[in-house]
Amino acid sequence: MTRRAFIKTGAAAGFALSLIGGGALAQDTIKIGLILPMTGPFTSTGKQIAAAANLYMAQNGATVAGKKVEIILKDDTGVADVTRRIAQELIVNDKVTAIAGFGLTPLALATAPLATQAKTPMVVMAAATGIITERSPFIVRTSQVVPQIAGPFGEWVAKQGMKKVVTIVSDYGPGHDVEKWFTDRFKANGGEVVNLRVPLQNPDFSPFLQAAADFKPDALLVFVPSGVGTQFMKQFVERGLDKSGIKLIGTGDVTDDDILNTIGDVALGLVTAHHYSASHDSPENKAFVEAFKKATGGLRPNFMGVAGYDGMHALYEGLKKTNGAGGEALVNAMKGLAWTSPRGPMSIDPDTRDIIQNVYIRKVERVNGELYNMEFATIPNVKDPSKAK
Amino acid sequence: MLTILFDGIAYGMVLFVLACGLSITLGLMNFVNLAHGVFAMAGGYASAILMNRAGVPFLATLPFAFLIPAAFGLVLERTLYQRLYNRPHLDQVLFTIGLIFMSIAAVDYIMGSQPQLITLPEWLRGRVDVFGVQIGLYRSFIIVVCSVLVVALQMILTKTRFGAQLRAAVDDQRVARGLGINTSLVFAATFAFGSGLAGLGGALGAEILGLDPTFPFKFLIYFMIVVTVGGTSSLTGPFFASLLLGVADVAGKYYVPSLGAFVIYTVMIVVLVFRPHGLFVRAR
Amino acid sequence: MNPEHRRIAAKYLADKWRWKPLEYVFWLAALAAVWLLPSHHLILNEIMITGLFAMSLDLILGYAGIASLGHAAFFGLGAYTAGIFAIRVTGDPLLGLALAGFASAGLGFVTSFLVLRGVDLARLMVTLGVALVLGEIANQLTWLTGGADGLQGVTIAPILGKFEFDIFGRTAYVYSLIVSFLLFLIARRLVISPFGLSLRTIRDNPLRASAIGTPVDRRLIAIYTVAAAYAGIAGALLAQTTQFVSLDVIALHRSADVLLMLVIGGTGYLYGGFVGALIFKGLQDVISSWTPQYWTFWIGLILVILVLIGRDRMNLAVATGLARLRGKPAPRPRTIVGDR
Repeated sequence: MTRRAFIKTGAAAGFALSLIGGGALAQDTIKIGLILPMTGPFTSTGKQIAAAANLYMAQNGATVAGKKVEIILKDDTGVADVTRRIAQELIVNDKVTAIAGFGLTPLALATAPLATQAKTPMVVMAAATGIITERSPFIVRTSQVVPQIAGPFGEWVAKQGMKKVVTIVSDYGPGHDVEKWFTDRFKANGGEVVNLRVPLQNPDFSPFLQAAADFKPDALLVFVPSGVGTQFMKQFVERGLDKSGIKLIGTGDVTDDDILNTIGDVALGLVTAHHYSASHDSPENKAFVEAFKKATGGLRPNFMGVAGYDGMHALYEGLKKTNGAGGEALVNAMKGLAWTSPRGPMSIDPDTRDIIQNVYIRKVERVNGELYNMEFATIPNVKDPSKAK
Repeated sequence: MLTILFDGIAYGMVLFVLACGLSITLGLMNFVNLAHGVFAMAGGYASAILMNRAGVPFLATLPFAFLIPAAFGLVLERTLYQRLYNRPHLDQVLFTIGLIFMSIAAVDYIMGSQPQLITLPEWLRGRVDVFGVQIGLYRSFIIVVCSVLVVALQMILTKTRFGAQLRAAVDDQRVARGLGINTSLVFAATFAFGSGLAGLGGALGAEILGLDPTFPFKFLIYFMIVVTVGGTSSLTGPFFASLLLGVADVAGKYYVPSLGAFVIYTVMIVVLVFRPHGLFVRAR
Repeated sequence: MNPEHRRIAAKYLADKWRWKPLEYVFWLAALAAVWLLPSHHLILNEIMITGLFAMSLDLILGYAGIASLGHAAFFGLGAYTAGIFAIRVTGDPLLGLALAGFASAGLGFVTSFLVLRGVDLARLMVTLGVALVLGEIANQLTWLTGGADGLQGVTIAPILGKFEFDIFGRTAYVYSLIVSFLLFLIARRLVISPFGLSLRTIRDNPLRASAIGTPVDRRLIAIYTVAAAYAGIAGALLAQTTQFVSLDVIALHRSADVLLMLVIGGTGYLYGGFVGALIFKGLQDVISSWTPQYWTFWIGLILVILVLIGRDRMNLAVATGLARLRGKPAPRPRTIVGDR
């Protein structure tokens, strides 16, 4: 060991000691740990949810049941073991009443056992794979469940007289879910499906589009992470597939309100199924969109934002019922909650703690110079079919 | 079949324009510039901002997509990079990764994390049917532009005085300096030029590859594959490596979708194990 | 070798053997943290594991001069082995740890033949390629690894049937600390053995090393295999203490981060990994708590400044200052090993 090494280690020891700090406790505040990917490829998820959660607090006051509510925002960079460690620190050191956020399925799954162990309610505001809520009795979800969207959509598409569909999904959990549920329901209603998968890190879709076109389907269902969807649509149009009679359909992830405007005209006419559109016609939504834009300097809320907003609502209502208590009581208080969200009527299923909501069929149209997902059909009160008994 | 080949070539061409600047800095100055993607991103953003905010047509933004990153590269080269030429590779890696971190956060802060889009003019959209082969207009455009670039680059390298100075500086820096060549100036100019090319590649490729703040990291692997497989001693090496990579990637995904990712990495490993200096390196 | 040389050599080795005061300080501080920093056990556990991982990279980079951008392949394999073993066979942590070490050592041995030839850049890319291929395999074998959802339902039995993993991370930290310390002792012994010294010869000049009869390839294969085993054990520690494995363990950013940490901490003296992990994670934790969204900018800035000032020069300045305090002559500047 060189002398340089000595100094390093000495400095390191000093640094370790200097890390002590923080963690002052105040008993009359309710802390909510919000863990989101604020950096990395899923930053927009984090931004939307954080902004919406703060908006909810600004609108509804920072006091519930006589106690002050405080959000502690942490960045997990979208890496599962970091999410878990942060959650653990929030529970152990900051003594949070609930943890919330969770941008991706593995992040939520990594944290689930912790919620059980610590008896801390965990509100999932983004991750959408079916199994999540089954992993801990303390999980409540306010975003969406993939089968809830993809299943009914398969049925609906079959009823429009389509016979042959090619699905192109990203090769990861939610993609597989979309593929499975859409295919099942579509086939059950007499259709024929060809499944294709693309790697998650995939810059060029042309080979897959070519393969899809070779099957000459009536429609092409796409599910890719929201940012990548744009690429996909452009190449779809560039290839002239839109003119060859193949309809492009998808779940609402590809026409994410956050980026829909920048996608441009290639998105026009795209038919999707989803639970939220910024153009949803209701007074609640108009107020929400306006306030959200104001708070974020013009950003349009998307389904992530609304899930963050509703997640805070569920927590607030639950805390009101329990008089500020957390733990099992809070989870029980959130079960069965029903309210009118900006997205429309929704409730928390008392049996599965998962979300029950309307699924809307929408079409991208230009309204007042901006692109919107205009809802034209509604499938009411859809439960997660993967948990149907 | 031919369509797949065509798409692959276009894809490879974009990769080449993106990566050739890196190959120059690596081969010429022996500098591991992992932050090369930052300049590509700068070009892409320059083009997107001019088009979407100032309404400049796509073609007119391309010179800016070259000039802005080039200027940016020149400034950075003179102020920072220059000091690190004689440092160990590991220092250069650290430094350039630091630059990537900073640029990602800065772009995210200024422009937001959403992907930027480029709207092509009407005459570049869609595709035509040539003897039964479907050909995308934009991809043909890319192939034409990139081919012109490749020829021009080769001409500059072999036919001009600057090219001769550059090759001299690559072969033996000390002797070149002894002959009165201002190597420092040559390096700066080359660095700026390489950055500009990356920027141009970023703008041209935005349509195919997408453009968001994580761009420098996302494509770092691809750049590195092109440069290491192609070798850094000439331009033709990376050029053929890019085409190979582009075609192999596109064809691999079309014919064996589940093995797509394996093909490229495996090819790279095999090439590098048997030809550590690259596939197309000149015998010395 | 005349007696004088013999004496010098003996003194050199004895110096290397002896524990320096700061080494005691380091490990005692790490031990004291068990009682002094009860609320930081989780991050300390992560730092200790990352430090062990970085030390394994130091074994090949700092001592044998092999730069790797895919060291997470071994870390990931170890993590998955330990996780899958816990699910399918038994939750005993020590068995899982040993198995993970062996699995990674096996992969290290096989892939070591790929890095024997080649220059820095080619090695970086080959190691990177190995990690990418392995990551893709883990992604595809959904039935075994859980794919992109991560490995579910890992439960780990109490260590030796007595010490259960608690939510405060205390057991986890102590466990990682002890394992790291034992592995460190072995590594310390290894690098000052004739074997370790011959590695440095190879690092500094492979041609000359083989000219004096050092079996270059065999030595490199051996150290690469050992380093892989270390990385695998670090991965297994992570899997066991977090009871979860996801594709992140094998991702490029993990390989890149560990390289950064090691270089920040300094290569070639075994502590660099721990020091770098402490600095990097500590900074990340502190900076990201006041700017969750843009902390990478500041980390990047620190890296840039660090390089511009020069790692050597900064170390030297500190060393000189310290030496002056003790009234000793300033140390000679020393190039950092492993990079060229």
